[in-house]
Amino acid sequence: MSNAAAFSGGYAVNRGPSVEGFLMPAADEQAAPFWQATKEGRLVIQACGNCGRLRHPPRPMCPSCYSTERTWKEMGRNGTVWSYVVPHPPLLEPYSSLAPYNVVVVELDEEPRIRFVGNLVEDADAPLDSVDPSTIRIGEPVEMVFRTFERADGSTEALPFWVRRRN
Amino acid sequence: MSPAVGLRDATAIVGIAQTPFAKHLEPPEAELACQVIVDACADAGIDPTEIGALSSYTMEGTEEVDIVRNLGCKEVTFFSQIGYGGGAGCAAVGQAALAVASGQAEVAVAWRSRKRGSGPRPWTSTSVQLRVPGQWTRPFGLLRPVDEIAMLTRRYMHEYGATRDHLANVAMAVRKHANRNPAATMYSKPMTRDDYMTSRWISEPLCLFDNCLETDGALACVIVSAERAKDLRQPPVYLHAFAQGLPAEHQTMVNYFNDDPLTGPAWACARRLWANAAFGPEDVDVAQIYDAFSPLILLSLEGYGFCKRGDAPGFTEDGNLEWGKGSLPVNTSGGGMSEAYVHGFNLINEGVKQLRGTSTAQVEGAETCLVTSGEGVPTSALLLRR
Repeated sequence: MSNAAAFSGGYAVNRGPSVEGFLMPAADEQAAPFWQATKEGRLVIQACGNCGRLRHPPRPMCPSCYSTERTWKEMGRNGTVWSYVVPHPPLLEPYSSLAPYNVVVVELDEEPRIRFVGNLVEDADAPLDSVDPSTIRIGEPVEMVFRTFERADGSTEALPFWVRRRN
Repeated sequence: MSPAVGLRDATAIVGIAQTPFAKHLEPPEAELACQVIVDACADAGIDPTEIGALSSYTMEGTEEVDIVRNLGCKEVTFFSQIGYGGGAGCAAVGQAALAVASGQAEVAVAWRSRKRGSGPRPWTSTSVQLRVPGQWTRPFGLLRPVDEIAMLTRRYMHEYGATRDHLANVAMAVRKHANRNPAATMYSKPMTRDDYMTSRWISEPLCLFDNCLETDGALACVIVSAERAKDLRQPPVYLHAFAQGLPAEHQTMVNYFNDDPLTGPAWACARRLWANAAFGPEDVDVAQIYDAFSPLILLSLEGYGFCKRGDAPGFTEDGNLEWGKGSLPVNTSGGGMSEAYVHGFNLINEGVKQLRGTSTAQVEGAETCLVTSGEGVPTSALLLRR
């Protein structure tokens, strides 16, 4: 199975697609708690341990009170599409094999100035190009889901994706 | 904001030069850099051994030591490199001017030499393991600068009702200017609205002609004090004001993570620039606005105060950015999209040409020119006057 095919589904859900060829986050000390939480199916956002201000992407110091105390707040996974693009080749493989696909920016309903880049997909294990880009609308309600990728050494990463909310 | 007028008109650009622009040039970048600096000094009538200050981009591949060793410079006492890719160009000139105005050197050179046409796209060297900030964007296939700016563009279109026709207005204006400029890559290639609308997508909503060129080329300029500029070969082009801009909570290229992503570095840069200037945007005769992508011109028109927020789409209508027609001719050499993409340095030299009266799309009687560097990254801008 090609890398692209792996990413576009076909593996058992509990195993996940191979990360080979796909760009994966590297756990640095600031972001590690976020990526640990995604493996547990949770969304956490860095918060100042002193004044409570939420900030994303994570960083060492609170720009409001200069505290270096850091905590993590579990957040609701509902969001709203803020913008989106549809990349076409030339792109890196295996992304180019899946193009055109969508990339969205979603703001969290609980804290709209916290935004994430991701992909809108049919379901947590559906291919990157599973949603027709012409149907995407800014402002549509979405929900964060997690997909687990497995490395050759057996270690995993869980990336946040977005599915349409049906309620 | 209190105006700092110490730099105002204290220095002048007195020499400019450029190599040919092409998809591929034979000489290596260092050779192009050395040649173009020598040529800029010759244009000014200054011996290269006199160069005392050097300023360029952190992404510039030719280091100061190599310039000095090749050009026989006697003693360089100021050197700076400015970060953030295309945001650096005007700051390279501005910091060189600061060095001259504050007495750190007498003759300063700013330059950029780049074989972007021959070389690989920078985004193709993306590491497989990503740290800040790529870990938040790259895994999802947001890989290239065009994807990153397209995201802001879609939001901009949504908020203000901008359409592809407005982006086409920008692309067509700069193409018309290139069609007058024999040095431009697109000199002999006119573009119709239909050509624009039927070109292939790169990252929707941006198509091929919303993107800059890929160019091999180099440019340089020479800066001296206004006093010394009086006695040189070329009419001096005074550096009236200079600013850099890095706003709160900004994230380079992926400025999605703050309260108001559509007011980028241009807004911060503009506030300082106009505070330091004796005139305002309404007095600008011609503008050279960084155009790695067409929507950056819309964002910059608003940021630098040529129109109100959200009004840039309308500002592009009826040929308003076109030479011989509009109220603000923009990128009169063809800019990054139709002349050459050398990280915006050709915009600086074109600004100088306009104020010397030697542009191929000369704005009659032009006395003032705004030149800007990249929007979407920590940026810089120059106000030039004759």
